[in-house]
Amino acid sequence: MRRRAILGYGAAGVGAVALMLFVGWWQVDGPGGPEPVGQRPMALTEMDFRLTDHEGNAVGPETLIGRPTMVFFGFTYCPDVCPTTLSDISGWLDDLGDEADEMNVVFITVDPERDTVEAMAEYVGYFHPGIRGWTGPEEQIARVADGFRATYERVPAESGDYTMNHTASVFLFAASGRFVTMIDYHEPKEFAVPKIRRALEEEMEGAT
Amino acid sequence: MKKYILTGTLAVLLTFGGLSVPALAGPEDVVVENAWSRASIGMNRPGAAYMAIRNTGDEPVTLIGLTTPLAMMPEIHETKTNAEGVSSMSPAGEIAIAPGESVALEPGGLHAMLMRLKEPMTEGDTFPLTLLFDDGGEVTVHVPILGIAARGPED
Repeated sequence: MRRRAILGYGAAGVGAVALMLFVGWWQVDGPGGPEPVGQRPMALTEMDFRLTDHEGNAVGPETLIGRPTMVFFGFTYCPDVCPTTLSDISGWLDDLGDEADEMNVVFITVDPERDTVEAMAEYVGYFHPGIRGWTGPEEQIARVADGFRATYERVPAESGDYTMNHTASVFLFAASGRFVTMIDYHEPKEFAVPKIRRALEEEMEGAT
Repeated sequence: MKKYILTGTLAVLLTFGGLSVPALAGPEDVVVENAWSRASIGMNRPGAAYMAIRNTGDEPVTLIGLTTPLAMMPEIHETKTNAEGVSSMSPAGEIAIAPGESVALEPGGLHAMLMRLKEPMTEGDTFPLTLLFDDGGEVTVHVPILGIAARGPED
């Protein structure tokens, strides 16, 4: 009888320690932990830039407030990473179905020299219809990248052209403009779609 | 030099080389599977093709280059993404494939980069792509061109 009680306390103690360890992990290293300082993108409400979408409309960070937002940087002369990410995004949007209609999905070029409004219009037309393409003057693109803590760099190619190195992660923001999380390049759908849902759910919480 | 035309869409390909002397490595021991590429927008942008290259022989083989009537500068490139999430792309150089091993050219990694296209890559077409090996052997694959938003060979 007494022995059983001790065993019971022991089990409860082990459970409590495990719970504390789990809570600690969650808050420090786990999904509840803070993003590394310095790399965390600004809130959309703190950003300031002027671009043009693929239909010729003037757009800026304020265009995105009010709906959850997914942003990806790239360029249309990119043969591998960009079409792969845009088709990944198209697949995620297909998975989300109607929920995807409530999101802004924006592809921002880091190569405005070649990616004119017309080039962006043609390019995004091949992917999910929800995807918008934004371009603009070089100094405005630089301001966007600064706000997102994204980087890009022009690199000469042997063919005489040039290519662009760029941040290939997908950025997720809540409807309030608050940064939620990032999806890494080519992250599997099983991880990506729940992250998008997190950004979508945050909108619901904000609305109630 | 033997030269085989392989059809990339089939998972199992004909390799006449299986009948030749097994001790000699060379393109007769190379099997290319699941080749595919994405359609291009016009001719100014580079294209990319993907496939699995398998060495079924007993000796290593080394892929040293590509040729195709489709592009003036076809080359194996590799995309790398660093810890900060920044992707970059550079020529991959020679690719050695050990006996029994295979090398995957797939999105986000190695790919056949087709620079300076001579004609647009049109969905539904195929184009020949010849892999050149260091022993002078070559293997030609017919690569199907899928849609721009294709994600893999089965799309």
